[in-house]
Parts: sequence; C-alpha cells; structure tokens
Amino acid sequence: MEKEILEHGLNYNRRKFLSRLSLGIGSMALGSLLIPDLFSSGSEETIMAGLPHFAPKAKRIIYLFQNGAPSQLDLFDYKPKLQEMHGQDLPASIRMGQRLTGMTADQTHFPLAGTVFKFGEYGRARAQISELLPYTAGVADDLCIIKTIWTEAINHDPALTFFQTGAQVGNRPSMGAWLSYGLGSENKNLPAFCVLLSKGKGNGQGVYSKLWSNGFLDSIHQGVQFSSGENPVLYLNNPDAIDKADRRKMLDKIAELNTASYQQFGDPEINTKIQQYEMAFRMQTAVPEITDMSKEPESIIKLYGPDCLVPGTYAANCLLARKLSENGVRFVQLYHQGWDAHGDLPGQIKGQCKDVDQASAALITDLKQRGLLDETLVIWGGEFGRTNYCQGKLTLDNYGRDHHPRCFTVWMAGGGVKPGVYGETDEFGYNIASNPVHVHDFHATILNQMGLDHEKLTFRHLGRRYRLTDVAGKVIKDLIA
Amino acid sequence: MFNSDCFFRSRLLWIGAGFSALLLAATVGCNNKNGSAESMPDVVSYNFNIRPILSDKCFACHGPDANKRQAHLRLDIAESAYAPLTETKGAYAIVPGKPEQSELFKRISSQDPTYQMPTPESHLGLLNEHEVALFKKWIKQGAKYERHWAFIAPKKAPVPKVKDEKWPKNELDNFIMAKMEQKGLSPNEEADKERLLKRVSFDLTGLPPSIQMMDDFLNDKSPNAYEKVVDRLMQNTAYGEKMAQHWLDVARYSDSYGYQDDNIRSQWPWRDWVIHAFNENLPYDKFLTWQIAGDMLPDANKEQILATGFFRNHKYTEEGGVIPEEYRIEYILDKTKTYGKGIMGITIECAQCHDHKYDPFSQKDYYELFAFFNNTKEKGYEGDVSTSKPAKNPLMQITQEDRQKLLSFINYKDTNALTVSVMGELDTARKTYILKRGVYDAPSVEVQPTAVAAIMKYDTTKFQRNRLGLAEWTIDRNNPLTARVFVNQMWQEVFGRGLVKTTGDFGMQGELPSHPELLDWLAIDFMEHGWDIKRLMKQMVMSATYRQSTKTTDQKQGIDPENVYLSHGPRNRLTAEFVRDMVLSSSGLLVRTIGGPSVKPYQPKGLWEAASSGRGVLATYQQDHGDALYRRGMYTFIKLTVPPPSMIVFDASNRDQCEVKRLKTNTPLQALIMLNDPTVLEASRVLAQKLEAEPGSATDKINKAFRLIICRKATDAEMKILQSYYDDQLQEFKQKKLDAQKTLNVGEFHKNDRLEQNSLASLMKTISAIYNMEEAITKS
Repeated sequence: MEKEILEHGLNYNRRKFLSRLSLGIGSMALGSLLIPDLFSSGSEETIMAGLPHFAPKAKRIIYLFQNGAPSQLDLFDYKPKLQEMHGQDLPASIRMGQRLTGMTADQTHFPLAGTVFKFGEYGRARAQISELLPYTAGVADDLCIIKTIWTEAINHDPALTFFQTGAQVGNRPSMGAWLSYGLGSENKNLPAFCVLLSKGKGNGQGVYSKLWSNGFLDSIHQGVQFSSGENPVLYLNNPDAIDKADRRKMLDKIAELNTASYQQFGDPEINTKIQQYEMAFRMQTAVPEITDMSKEPESIIKLYGPDCLVPGTYAANCLLARKLSENGVRFVQLYHQGWDAHGDLPGQIKGQCKDVDQASAALITDLKQRGLLDETLVIWGGEFGRTNYCQGKLTLDNYGRDHHPRCFTVWMAGGGVKPGVYGETDEFGYNIASNPVHVHDFHATILNQMGLDHEKLTFRHLGRRYRLTDVAGKVIKDLIA
Repeated sequence: MFNSDCFFRSRLLWIGAGFSALLLAATVGCNNKNGSAESMPDVVSYNFNIRPILSDKCFACHGPDANKRQAHLRLDIAESAYAPLTETKGAYAIVPGKPEQSELFKRISSQDPTYQMPTPESHLGLLNEHEVALFKKWIKQGAKYERHWAFIAPKKAPVPKVKDEKWPKNELDNFIMAKMEQKGLSPNEEADKERLLKRVSFDLTGLPPSIQMMDDFLNDKSPNAYEKVVDRLMQNTAYGEKMAQHWLDVARYSDSYGYQDDNIRSQWPWRDWVIHAFNENLPYDKFLTWQIAGDMLPDANKEQILATGFFRNHKYTEEGGVIPEEYRIEYILDKTKTYGKGIMGITIECAQCHDHKYDPFSQKDYYELFAFFNNTKEKGYEGDVSTSKPAKNPLMQITQEDRQKLLSFINYKDTNALTVSVMGELDTARKTYILKRGVYDAPSVEVQPTAVAAIMKYDTTKFQRNRLGLAEWTIDRNNPLTARVFVNQMWQEVFGRGLVKTTGDFGMQGELPSHPELLDWLAIDFMEHGWDIKRLMKQMVMSATYRQSTKTTDQKQGIDPENVYLSHGPRNRLTAEFVRDMVLSSSGLLVRTIGGPSVKPYQPKGLWEAASSGRGVLATYQQDHGDALYRRGMYTFIKLTVPPPSMIVFDASNRDQCEVKRLKTNTPLQALIMLNDPTVLEASRVLAQKLEAEPGSATDKINKAFRLIICRKATDAEMKILQSYYDDQLQEFKQKKLDAQKTLNVGEFHKNDRLEQNSLASLMKTISAIYNMEEAITKS
C-alpha cells in the first residue's frame, strides 16, 4: 500500500493536485504525509486545511427522508384547540395573509381539522407522540424532536431540493456530496454517499437524481443509488458466465496493457485508471456482502420487522442503511415516498406509519446496541409540514391537509444531539411560538455535529464561494448535547 | 488551521483519484513556501496581477455591491480608492506612488488581527508574500487602474515572430510558440498518423475512423494528406452531430419537463435543427440571432422560429398547486442565466437578488436584461401532469408539408402534426420591475429592456428594446464578449481546456486568459471571416499545436503540469456520448440515422420506476428494440429526474441548467460500465461474430479488433498479452470451465450459431478486454 501510494505520488504534481481540489478536501488527509505549501496562497484552501474544523460528535449520517411531507399535526404536534374548533374557520389573525399553494388558495373557507388520532406522552421529556407511532414512542428518550423547523418553499420540488442542497432551485451539491467532499470516505470499498429509495401506498411525489447530485463538485462525491434489483450498484455484477477468478484474469491483462501505455505516455490518468479498476473489483466483493440479508440473526429480523427481508421496502433499506453505515459509509440517504395526503389523510397516514414506524425505531435500537448511536446521526422528517385546515371536504372523521411550510416536525437521534423536545408552535399549530429552526440552521447544526464549520466548508465555482448554507444559517446550540 | 509542521491526520478515502491527489504531496517537500517560483513582473498590471487578488479578497466588502459595502470604501474604482477614507480620518486606501502611506497596503501586510485585511471573520485568508509584494510594486508604480480585459473590445495584435520559424503551420502556432519560448518550453514532434487520425476524427465527428480511413491516411504520402482528412470529416454529417453535442449542454436540452412528475415533451425538432445548422455551417451570428429572436425577424420563416426553441428547453413544472407567477418568473430567470452564461460568458445571475459582488453588474442591469425575455406569451402553469401536452404555449405546428420543404431535416416518419415550444411576443409589452431580493412577488422599480452597459452601451438609436435588438447587440462587432466566448468554447472542445479556463465566467472572478493575444486574434479573425464556424474548427485542428504528440516529459511536467502552454498535444478522455458511439461504431452496431425522437436503449431495470411519482407516461421505462438500441449517445432519451445513468457516470451534463464545461473524472463506476454494461458486452459479441465469420487466424482477428477499437495497430507486446489471454480463454471454454453459450448470450442483436462457439466466446472476451483499455476511451 505504502509503496503503491508513493509510486503514484511520483507521477503527480502540485498543480495538478490543486486543479483537482474538488476531488475533496477530506481525501487529502490520507496518511500522515507532509503537505507543505499546497495552501500557502491564503485562499480557501488554507481555510479548508485541517478538516474537520473541530472534533466531530458524529462520524456518519443516516437521513430517513419522509418524502411528500408527513402531517406533524397527526404525529408529533398535538393541538387540542383544533379538535375544539373542528370545522370552524382558521382565524385571519393567525393566517396573517401568508401565501398558500394553488390547491387551496381559492378556497373560501379554511375549516380547522383536529386530528382523529390519540396522543400520549412519552419519555423523560413527555414528548407527545401519536398512537400511529408506537415503536417511535418506545425510543422517545433517544429522540431530539424539533417542532419548529420551517422553510420558505411551498411546493414539493423546491422544498425537497432545498432540504437536500441548501437552495430551492439550481444544481448545487447535495448534503451528502458536501460531506464526502469535506470529510472523505472512511473505507476504500464503498462509496462515501449512498442512496436508497422506497415507496409507500400514500399519494406519492417522485424523487430525482439531482437530489443526490455532486453539483459542481467532482463526480466522485455523487450519491450512488443502490437499487433493490439484482444489481445493487449500477453494473456491479459480472455477467453470469464470468466468475471472480475469471474477472481477475481479465483485469490482470487490462492492467498489463494499461501499464504499457503509461510507460509510453507518462499520463498519470492512466495509473489512476488502473487503480479504479482495482477499486471496482473490491466493490464487487464488498457490496454483495453488505446487501446480503440472509446472514442476519433472527433477533435483527424481529427488530426491524419481517418486511426487512423484502428488498426495496423501507424496513429493508433501514437495515441496509445500518450495515452501510457500520461499514464506514459517510452518508446514507433514504427516501420513503407517499406522505402527500391532500385528501383522506387519516387513511393514508396509517399505511405510511406502518411502513416506517417499526424500522425507524429499530434502526436507533440497533445502532445503540452496537455502540454506534453516539457517532451516527439519524434524521427523520419531510420537506415541509401540513396545514391545520382542511383541503377539500371536511367530515367528522376525514380530512386532507395542504402543504404547510411555516412549522413542522423533524426528529434527530444520536450523533451528539440532545434528546428532548425543542421549539413550540402556537395553539393552532400554524405559526412558530418560540425557537424557530430554519432549514439553513438545521444544515449548520448537522455540519457542526460532523465537525464542520458551515461557513468554512466552501467550494469556489464560477467566481463564488458556495456553501451548503448559502449565506445564512446558525448552529442551534440548544440542540446539542 | 494548517501550520508549519505540515502534519495531517490519517483518514481513508474511497477513490484512487483521491489517492493520487494526495500522493503528490509526498513529493513536493516543505520548501517553496510562497510560490516563490512566481516571478515579479517589471510592470505590475492591474488586470493581470492586482485585480484578481482584489476581486477574490476585497470586493466582497469593498466592491460593486452597494448593500454589502463596508466603511463606504470601494476598491474597484480608482477615484474611490484614491479618495480620503471616511472612517479613518486623514488616511487614504491608496496613495499612488506611496505604498507606506496607503492604508490598503498597511493592512494587507499587517500581522495584527484587529487591523489586518481581510479580517479573520471573513474567512477569506490573508494575502501571501508574493501578493503583498505585487501590491507594493503596483502602488509604487502609480496604482493605475484598467478596465476589465473582457469588457474591452478585442484588438488584433500582430502575429508574433518566433525563433523556430519552421514549426508554425498557421498563425495560431506563432502565438503558442511565442509563449512556449518565454517559458523555456519546446513543442513535441507531430503525433503518429494513427493517433492523430483518431484524435481529429473524434474531435470533428465524435466517431472513430474506419479501417478504410486509417489505411487511406497511412498510405497517402502527399503533403496535404492530413488536410484532406480534415475536409472529409467536416463534410460528414456526423460533424453536425458532434458540434451539436456541446450546444445541447449550453441549451439544457432534454426530452422531459423536469420537476417531479417529469412528463414527456417534444423539443427534439429543435435539436435536429441544431445538427442541421452546424452541418450547413450557418454562421455563428445568424445561429445566435435565430435562436434569440428568430420569431421577430421580418417575414420570419418556420426554421427561424424553430430556432427560438433554444429559450424554451428549460424545465416546466406540472406540480399541482404551484403559484403560476412564481414559476413564470423562474422561467425568465433561467432564460436570462442561459443567455448570460452560455452566450456572454458572465455570471449575471448573481445580480438577481443584489448587485453583483465582483463584476460591474447592478441588480438593475440584471432586470433590464431579464426584461427582454419577460415579454413572452408563456404561462407559469398550464395544468398538472394529467393534462400534459408535448409542447407548451407559445408553440409551433410542424406539418407534413413543412417537413417536405423547409424543415426537411426533421426526422419524423409519423404523419401526425408535431408541436414544439418556441418564443412569441405579447402584443402589449408586459412591464418589468426590479424584484427585491429576487423574489417574484416583490416588485419595486420599473425598468426597460436594456443590455448590460458595462459590456457595451445599448444604443437605442441602433437597437430596439426587444429580443431582436438584443440579438443585434449580441452580434455587434464591438461586443467584447460574444466572439471571445464562443471561440473559447470551441478551443475547449478541441484542446480540452479553454484559453480562458473558466469557460462560463469571463468576469472578474474568472481566470485570466493563458494567451490573451491569441484569444483576441481568434475572436476578431472569426468575426472578420463571417463568423464561419467550420473555418474556425479547421484552423484549430490544422495547427501544429494540435497535431503534436501527447507524450510528456519530466521537464515539461515540471514547468507546465497542466499543459497550459501546449508543449504537447491534448490527451483527453472521450466525453460520455462518444464513449457509447465508439463502442457501437467500432463493433459495427451503430445505426447512423440522424435526429428524430429520442430513443431508450438498454438500462438497468427499475431506475425510472423507483424515483417516479407514478404519474405521467414516463413513470416506467419502456425499452426500445431493433435499430433504436444502436443510435448515437446524443439520441438517448433524457428524462431530467433520472438522466441516463451511463452518461452521468461519464460526466455528461444532467441538463438541469445551462452548462458550458464538463468535469472529467475517473471513477470505479466507469470501470464497471466498461466491464459489465450490456451495450459493451453486446458490442464485443457482435464484433467477435463479424470477425469470426471472416477468414484468417485468431491473431489476425484480434489485430483487426484492436485497430477498430484503439484505432491503431497493436504493438508486439500488446499482441502478446492479448494472444495469451485468448489462448487461455479458449482452453477454459474447451475444457468447459467456462460456458461459451452463456458468455455469448447478451444483447438482442441476432446471434450466429453456425460459428464455432468456443473460439467465438474467446474472441468476445478478448475484445471486451480491448474495450477496457484506457486508450480505448482516450484521444491520445
């Protein structure tokens, strides 16, 4: 290894190195090597040196994105006032003329809709959690429940893009790409940033690969989508007729040919190519081992629920996320679709909760029993919340809810965050009463847990230094243990 | 913070490229602290030495943005920099001739954190010793300001004289050689004929040369043999396809509407027009005029109107519940950005919410430019996916009659009418306002359509205040950017790196040109010769600079590791689409139909389905069959939310926005594609089948496959490696250790069972190995 590294180093040079800085600052930190004046120009590279910026609390993130926007009012933010005033109009003094989506802007009435679900109080913080989430309630003492997240976006695409990239529009790097860029990978067989998709039966909103894009960063920071089919990673599997030994044989020949080419041209890219083929070969062994659930003990299957053996389900993805994370994947991004209940919310949300409740809680329990929860930050939440008033026809026990960006609930666990309940919304659950957490603040806080100063993790592109938090955001200290 | 012990903590990284990056560090050593290799110029230039530092370190707080300006100090304008400081009485930021009395110099050279600039809180970092010394000398020499180079019209400098008069083949080479001589570099010999042919063939057509072409060129001993090849390649219709590829990135072309439901659209007739325009060699000034304002030309014909599809290629939302005006504004922002970045090479979009922080573009300038595009008839929202149509208003009908006459380049077999989104003006002009913070519902002051004065004055006696006026302003001979930006993009296409490296930013934060006189010479020459694109391309590929071999030496690497000064030929990986084209073409699978609706070749199962909302006709991937499986990469269907994965892995644009430059990465996912993508495996089988049916030995067949894929004859050493692999495989197949039938069972192209299956499979595997050579996807 040492030798390989040094030999390769001889083919490289400082300028080339600098020109490829987008490969990742974290990646530079390999080995106790002396890096002299790479950063002497006093530019951002100086600032970037010495990452992480301070001792991290968390090393890895698993983000359980609830795509489509779960209703905070039916899950975490209990408002008896809405039940009292069921069917009455949302007072104008509360709405304050705030903009609505095109789906309800033309409604003449905004009848309040109290939840039909029962709530209980759980854990030391006496967190209110709906009967729909019994398993989540069981791990309440590990959760840091933020009831006052807010965003400016009121439609799915921009809101989701905002959560993932720090901007509502544009082609910016995703959070996982930023972390891969800033901190590099903890392993040499797997990508630093993996993406897992699943779907519920509720009204769905699509996801798009832009959400795990590297943006203007080098494409090695792009999220690698794992699929539930036979090829977990694009073209990972050799064709049926080629086994490992046979593949090795071909790779050796290819390496011989490429080495000859290198000797003739001296282009360091040729050597890099040789190494990439070796990495591909290692992935071919490492990935199937991780995606193979057959060796999981009965206790684990029981913990996550039987769905975890069905590839492509949320439960299976949670278990896979744990395994990837355990093996050093920096950022695992899950998306579960189906939360967009504009109508028949009580019916739809039951199914969605059934999909995610047990496995989300199991992930926390599982990480904890492995001693990994302290260094793994788990995040659960959607792109915005849902309105306290009904969209469409309101009956005694049925309603729909439109998009609501002004306050909603997201929870975090592990990774050095402080368990408890943070922030209060008003009695209508429409506005924030205390302790708002904007998406930029949320990002700043997450980066902080990873040992990164959100103002210093920058990349210069087209004349501007970009950050995940754009030009805003502050670390919410009260969320940190 | 990084310090002198130069010690980094240990961490692993995933990718080999990262390793290599790191490693170089081991060789650099701890010397050379402040980049002392950089020499102090005799005369310090504001534009080339000082402004880049000011822009990077100072303008954020002391630049053009009035709202963010600190201490009322502005350093981008001489009179303000020379004026008495308002917050430090009796002091001046700059006293020309006297660095010691200049507050600016005192602060940038100070060690006191409470006094020094930039401040520690800015996170901008201090200036290094060399930079401080530059300031000192510049102030001493009178602190003379100059206008930004890119905003002054280019001047045609005399072609420089060079010592080695024999080397240059045209004027370009004199400029390149003069710089090389200054830097102590000398050019390489000409590349061998085979490699040169491969390089120029990909650069002009995106396809490898045929064996016939290789033989002809090798046998042609006439002095103009190379020129004949160049001319022939440019006459090939594949030239238009190759040239269009870059423009599709600029124009963010796609086959779907983007955003979450992401339904199908039909903008491809516009794409067919781009190919046609390049093949017809439509001059660049017309090419732009038609795209910017073809619909407004007197007696505009349908071809000119179709060209305006350029501004309709961006995403359109079909999400229920959006606020139409929010998205209508979003579409105008996109148009403005595309015009700025793709055509003007400026980052005008930075002035959407506030005055530009570095360039002299105010927020008012931004909305004045925006106003040109704000008068279209289009709506912010035409309904959700359930009512989706293949084009949005305003649209143009393309009838069968059109396709038989003026628009005969549109490849459409169906008799149904086609529609395509184009530009169209409102009868009564829509008012445009500056939007506070760039927000759609916060209009403030009304503005009139005007192009950015800092680039070139918008003379309303000459230019109307509409898109047609903007088009004329854009192609005006005195516009300092249009020609420079385009020749730079083409230079990047040919040499892999622009003369201005930041292709999309010619502003103050952009990189300075490596060869400013050459860039200007090329730009003016281009305009003087009628904006003739084919002529420009020919100039570049005919140069001695281009024809050099790519070999590099330690000496060259030491002086110029990035090959900025071009002392050897460009060695670049094929771009994503051409990787596919190479595979299909060399195997004989390629179907050379031009244009038409995009196609859906092999793709791993479930990718569209997993990400889809389930709505719209693109919720599931319906793979095509037959010829549609073997079309060029540029015709692969681009669904914006899930762009073709093999393309993205090879750094293709995701077409979300205007892009003028692609990244060039080298990753394990690329290796997996070349090893396991059924496209490559099928090509290996089909080529093996073809060769196996021909007479000759296995060695002959391997040799021929090698020539088809690598585009040169294999060396003895290479043949030895491949032959030994073939022999080994043949043994394994014969001994049934490997399964020939299974190996050959890939792809839908017909199989030839009459051939001997063991040798066929062995040849297929050998060909697959050749496809995985680094050189296969490299122009060397």
